[in-house]
Amino acid sequence: MKTFNFDFMGKRRLAAIFSIVLLVVSIGSLAFKQLSFGLDFTGGTLIEVSYQQTANLNQIRQQLEQAGYEKPVVQYFGAETDVLVRLPQGYDQQVGAQVLSTLSEQGQYDVELRRSEFVGAQVGEELREQGGLGLLLALGVVMIYVAMRFQLKFSLGAVLALGHDVLIVLGVFSLLGWNFDLTVLAALLAVIGYSLNDTIVVSDRIRENFRKMRKGSPTDVINEALNQTLGRTLVTSLTTVMVLMALTVFGGELIRGFSVALMIGVVIGTYSSIYVAANVLLALGISKEDLMVPVKEGADQEDMSP
Amino acid sequence: MIKHVSRALEKEGVDFKAPEINERNALIRFNNSDDQLRGKAVVTQALGDDYLVALNLAPTTPDWLLSMAASPMKLGLDLRGGVHFLLEVDMAEAVKQRMAVYVSEIRNKLREEKLRYRNISNEKDGSLRIKFTKQAVRDQAVSQLRTDYREFLVSDSEEDGMYYLSLKLDESTLREIEDYAIKQNLTTLRNRVNELGVAEPLVQRQGRNRIVVELPGIQDTALAKRIIGATANLEFRLEAAADELSSRTEVFSFRDKAKAGRTARLEKDLIITGNSVSNAATGYDENGQPEVNITLDAKGGKLMNRATRDNVGRSMAVLFIEHKTRTRYKEVDGELVPESTKYVEKGIISLATIQSALGNRFRITGLDSPQESSELALLLRAGSLAAPIYFVEERTVGPSLGQENIELGVKSVQIGLLLVVAFMLIYYRVFGVFANIALCANLVLLVAVMSMLSATLTLPGIAGIVLTVGMAVDANVLIFARIKEELKNGVPVQSAIHAGYERAFSTIFDANITTLLVAVILFAVGTGPVKGFAVTLSIGIVTSMFTAIVLTRALVNMTYGRRNIKKLHI
Repeated sequence: MKTFNFDFMGKRRLAAIFSIVLLVVSIGSLAFKQLSFGLDFTGGTLIEVSYQQTANLNQIRQQLEQAGYEKPVVQYFGAETDVLVRLPQGYDQQVGAQVLSTLSEQGQYDVELRRSEFVGAQVGEELREQGGLGLLLALGVVMIYVAMRFQLKFSLGAVLALGHDVLIVLGVFSLLGWNFDLTVLAALLAVIGYSLNDTIVVSDRIRENFRKMRKGSPTDVINEALNQTLGRTLVTSLTTVMVLMALTVFGGELIRGFSVALMIGVVIGTYSSIYVAANVLLALGISKEDLMVPVKEGADQEDMSP
Repeated sequence: MIKHVSRALEKEGVDFKAPEINERNALIRFNNSDDQLRGKAVVTQALGDDYLVALNLAPTTPDWLLSMAASPMKLGLDLRGGVHFLLEVDMAEAVKQRMAVYVSEIRNKLREEKLRYRNISNEKDGSLRIKFTKQAVRDQAVSQLRTDYREFLVSDSEEDGMYYLSLKLDESTLREIEDYAIKQNLTTLRNRVNELGVAEPLVQRQGRNRIVVELPGIQDTALAKRIIGATANLEFRLEAAADELSSRTEVFSFRDKAKAGRTARLEKDLIITGNSVSNAATGYDENGQPEVNITLDAKGGKLMNRATRDNVGRSMAVLFIEHKTRTRYKEVDGELVPESTKYVEKGIISLATIQSALGNRFRITGLDSPQESSELALLLRAGSLAAPIYFVEERTVGPSLGQENIELGVKSVQIGLLLVVAFMLIYYRVFGVFANIALCANLVLLVAVMSMLSATLTLPGIAGIVLTVGMAVDANVLIFARIKEELKNGVPVQSAIHAGYERAFSTIFDANITTLLVAVILFAVGTGPVKGFAVTLSIGIVTSMFTAIVLTRALVNMTYGRRNIKKLHI
């Protein structure tokens, strides 16, 4: 492995501007375009059917509208033979079978029901609340743990880095209008876990260096730590991105949102553990004194006793 | 019998494996669900009505593995196909039903004690209000009811020269009623699910007022839904005498379409409900019409006998009760908002003259079809729901999709693993071999621990395994990086290895503990498949820590230990 010697913190202003731009775009998109929530969060009915040959979406839409379904959303799911039908309507005894018979009726097509889902509006709302609460809880717990094991400034750095990652992943999903469902929420929490892992490794090194290095400004100390961990950061991110690629390509349509969210999160998380967490530390004026091993009075006395 | 079935299957050309016969049932295995569906039709035809034929998924674990208490990994619905329901129990209705029972009881009590009252009314806040004309009678009733019904808060008031008594259930009793309703519903649902003959069903309380039902591998979801969601119950009531006060009677129409428009006036007090039924079987009466033969439990039989003994010559009605919801969509601000209204459908299915005092066995006629009679019998047998339930979530996964998900998942794990293994070999060489052995051991451990905890594997769970594969090398990467650093600082090989493991440990520990905390939170907030992801992620974190630290250390020591090495390729 080569030894790295980048002046990471020299470009901290540039990185800060980059992060702020990303955040502003993300928040703007979340505010104006909002997330396109999946069935899990909105409630409604979803039916996935597969045809033997390429399906004609317009025709399916017409068929459904003629059969009296209001505002059906019809789209391909993974392949052109797979069709996803989303209806804003509530639970109905046999809506799956009904849609299926509607679709196979006129066409001479062979239609197979792959799955049908119905989520009540209230359940969706609760899941949304629970999910948001889970994210906040995760950030809170992380903040407390890092503050206890490290120090309050590290804790702020870590939480800001995590919030940064979550917001940007959400922003990408909002901007591109991707479906945000329960699995994507799970991915977001996993991103928090991953990015945190990275941030802790870097913070751990920064702490060690502050205690070990006798000379050098905080900027130098942090730069040194970042360079020392860079090899590890890149290798781990690379292996993780590799498996996520495998998951995106081969894992199927059902967890595509999940894999993509994780992939974006891992890339952003790697960046944030270098630039956001460390940047916040410098901005908060981290110094040697913050990290001195606390001297216990009792311990001193014990040492002196014969 | 089994030979007969085998012959029928062979004749139709359906492939099957050697059948297994237990005490009361036989199991026939098919190779796939298509054969299974065809097989069911053939077997049902061959056996006639005396046997219950149900579709099932049974493991093919060999005996020698079973004897070691090994069982196959539990697969989530998204991997094996099946249906998931989330049901909400209507608590308000449960309380209302209990109040109705109280009203009957209190009415009898007051009559017995010769305390004359004007009427009993249900108030909006759920309390009961009894109206008296005389204060002395009211006061007597207050002290009587206070001693007899400790679960009520009794208060009195005076208005417009009339004297009132209010009864309100206290909090703990309300909660008891709710708990009872959930528990009763759970039992009933379990009985119903058992009647469906599904392997490894799940019926579980979720939160305060919800119940999850999961039926893996079930094909006929429409039937399952009808049986599980059926809120049908029966009430037995006397037809009101002509001179009965109208405040104590209710008018119902007949359910039968042939008698549409006909109504009957029944007493408000009920004799028993379907809950007193201990057994129910279908049959046909002399005219070939479907009927249900009912056996009542001891208490129900006594009540029925008492009510019919004194009323020979009068008529008794059987009321069929069904709770339903109607969902309409309204457009509010350009969005369709669902609006559910709950309603109860009550209709008379039979009204017959009481010929003689009834015991605990009798029959009900007047049902529409054999299907209705057999479903009613099943419902009465399995017990009725203590409170109506509503479907708030439903997910059906077809068996082909489940199979496909397994294949996709396995493929992603394989390819992901291959990429990481290749990368580690190229990047770290010998140490890459150590890391790779640890990685494979980690996968085996992960699956083993999951199976030990009998955790359910879902598609997101597989995704969690894939993610673990990517992240598990992290600990090793950290250790190796440390060793390299020590070597660069001129530390001898053996001490460098030692220091590398030592120094990396606290970093690995902190990093993994925080990730584990997040995974636990994910488990707490997630439902279904997402929980599966959280489980594999948590277990993966723990096992990867173990393999990366302990296993690779052992391997490194085995390879380099007790030797004087000048140079280490890492």
